[in-house]
Amino acid sequence: MDLSFSPEEEDFRAEVRACVAESKPKLPRAMGAPEAATRTRDDYMAWHRLLYKKGWIAPHWPKEYGGTGWSVTQRYIFNEECARAEMPPVVIFGLNMLGPVLYTFGSEAQKKRFLPRILSGEDWWCQGYYEPGSGSDLASLRLRAVREGDHYFVNGQKTWTTLAQYADWIFCLVRTNPDVKPQEGISFLLIDMKSPGVSVKPIIVLDGAREVNEVFFDNVKVPADQRVGEENKGWTYAKFLLVNERTGIANTARSKQAVVRLKEIARAEQDDGVPLIETPDFARKIAELEIELAALEFTELRTLAAEARGEMAGPESSILKIRGTEIQQRITELAEEAVGYYAFPYERGLGANDYVGPDYALGAAGRYFNMRKASIYGGSNEIQRNIIVKAVLGL
Amino acid sequence: MDFSYTEEQTLLRNSVAGYLADKYGFEAWRKFTRGDDGRDPVHWKQFAELGLLAAPLPEVYGGLGGSVIDASVILEEFGKALVVEPYVPTVIVAGGLIARAGTEAQNQEWLNRIATGDTMISFAFAEQGGRYNLADLQTTAKKQGTSYMLNGQKAVAIAAPWADTLLVTARTAGGRRDEKGVGVFLVDKNAKGVAARDYPTVDGARASEIAFENVEVPAERLIGPADGGFALVDQAVDEAIAAHCAEAVGCMKVLLAATVEYSKTRKQFGQPIGKFQALQHRMADMFVHVEQSVSIALMAALKLGGPERRKSVSAAKVQIGKSGRFVGQQAIQIHGGMGMTDELSVGHYFKRLTMIDALYGNVDHHLKRYAAS
Repeated sequence: MDLSFSPEEEDFRAEVRACVAESKPKLPRAMGAPEAATRTRDDYMAWHRLLYKKGWIAPHWPKEYGGTGWSVTQRYIFNEECARAEMPPVVIFGLNMLGPVLYTFGSEAQKKRFLPRILSGEDWWCQGYYEPGSGSDLASLRLRAVREGDHYFVNGQKTWTTLAQYADWIFCLVRTNPDVKPQEGISFLLIDMKSPGVSVKPIIVLDGAREVNEVFFDNVKVPADQRVGEENKGWTYAKFLLVNERTGIANTARSKQAVVRLKEIARAEQDDGVPLIETPDFARKIAELEIELAALEFTELRTLAAEARGEMAGPESSILKIRGTEIQQRITELAEEAVGYYAFPYERGLGANDYVGPDYALGAAGRYFNMRKASIYGGSNEIQRNIIVKAVLGL
Repeated sequence: MDFSYTEEQTLLRNSVAGYLADKYGFEAWRKFTRGDDGRDPVHWKQFAELGLLAAPLPEVYGGLGGSVIDASVILEEFGKALVVEPYVPTVIVAGGLIARAGTEAQNQEWLNRIATGDTMISFAFAEQGGRYNLADLQTTAKKQGTSYMLNGQKAVAIAAPWADTLLVTARTAGGRRDEKGVGVFLVDKNAKGVAARDYPTVDGARASEIAFENVEVPAERLIGPADGGFALVDQAVDEAIAAHCAEAVGCMKVLLAATVEYSKTRKQFGQPIGKFQALQHRMADMFVHVEQSVSIALMAALKLGGPERRKSVSAAKVQIGKSGRFVGQQAIQIHGGMGMTDELSVGHYFKRLTMIDALYGNVDHHLKRYAAS
């Protein structure tokens, strides 16, 4: 066991730091945190394109498909440097969710057709998993796909589809057999969002953003070669994707940076003339938060190390999901608490670039409201506990 | 960065676990902890035979030159078996402190004695009214010729009834809570003027209240500078905390496994209680606590030698204190009435975890220290 970095790893850190420093000024202003509401698709993709050009867009992919071939430590360093510089997150639907499913279960033709366009950012993917009646009980999904010749005809609805308004493609769990156990009649389909019969309707969430959508399918015709893997085996691929999604979900590097910001707020805010950070109650809350985050960071490192030894991410990723999201929520909650009255102004009710109050208060309340989603998405934290109970504790 | 145990460490773990499973089972533990002596002296000898007492000590003085991770491996297994012998006070605190600050002669004498099991040392640092402040000392050591004259009282010196030697902190100069003016002494427990009142502790060990009345301690029994002992003690205690965190991890792992197992066999309303989701989710939370404790104990051990030592140790102590209470309390709850009985091991792990929280500063103390450092 050893926490130190080798000279080569320190060189790598310097290289990442230089790339980040050089890239940051090239990013659109809308990628700053306060402007989240006004981000366009191009804003989202700017950092993606720079990383793609550098060959760094898919650190977690195998090298043969365009991965970087980095060690676990290099990936840790990369994440740390990006988080420290507050680089925007890369859109994950193609890179983290679909990509690994395709190179693991997809046909050669599918890999050739889709993987390069995920890497380049030409295709924006969205996730067609959840339905109005199928949240935690995902396998009960009903979006129907009926095979006729070389095509499927898809009818029904998906919901909570994040940023579907920008998407070129959607990967969908569809019901191909309604007469068997729910898990055994699901297939994994790739659907072009421009297909006739696809329509998207916005859902506005607590912070006022159009972050998610409903997606409707009205007799949408999908070529059968856009099914991943075998018919009715989609549940296997769906679960594989969820485990991958959970591993990245903890993102302790970003949380560490968010705590740095939180402490800046707590230093700036005064309580009876004393910086909030020096009041015993708030100091204690921050200390407890930091300690929980430190433990989680080491849990994440242990998981990555196990992965590097060739052990697949397993039910342990549920811990990262539970604690990671609870900590993210706690950070935003404390920031909202810290800004006091300046939690009130509703930024969406103001014009663009028209803010009230101190800069640091901007978005604090919105982020707190928005982050309530974290313990719900990616398999709710209660579902994660069920997974631990079954897969780890054997109950 | 590397997070894997070496082959030697895995062998070490297997050898400790094997010995304890064979000779230190719960029924044996119950018997000897209730005996007159409170322990079976054969174990300390065997720990020496197995090389455990020598493990973290420097090779030149009879040690094996092992790392902090070796110590963590040993302590985690000790935690699983509720080992009562004073491994941490003797090997980690006294051994570590002497190796760091001792003279050549002191190292030769004491480290060799520790490594071979020839001495058992109790760390007499706590005082009534001093709570968790290591510098809050009313015991005094006054220089008189070539010796020091020790006067005062020490509280809850764990394992002192078994020890031949006491590692004592005393004020050599300065005011009651000054960090400057603390000296560290190795005191012969049979020295004239040492009086001990021995008693059992709730977690199965033994301890003493100790009074020193004009106890003459030769100058060669002073470890390190006469008034600069605080930094030594502070570091040795941090190392002790990291070790106890590993021990607590061992206790928690046993409690989780025992609770899950019990919930599979205990039936109510016609089914195993482990089928009830309210209990399942609580056990999932116990699992999360155990894993977070494993992580933070590892962090504390790995950062002991670095600039973030105090902060990481306090962080670990906070997490372990909270998690230990959660896991312990839920283990009792899910075992129901059976968890309340002295007959089951569950309650004894719970009690040990509770004492580990109090040892060297509880959650509140270390949250304060964390925030201040």
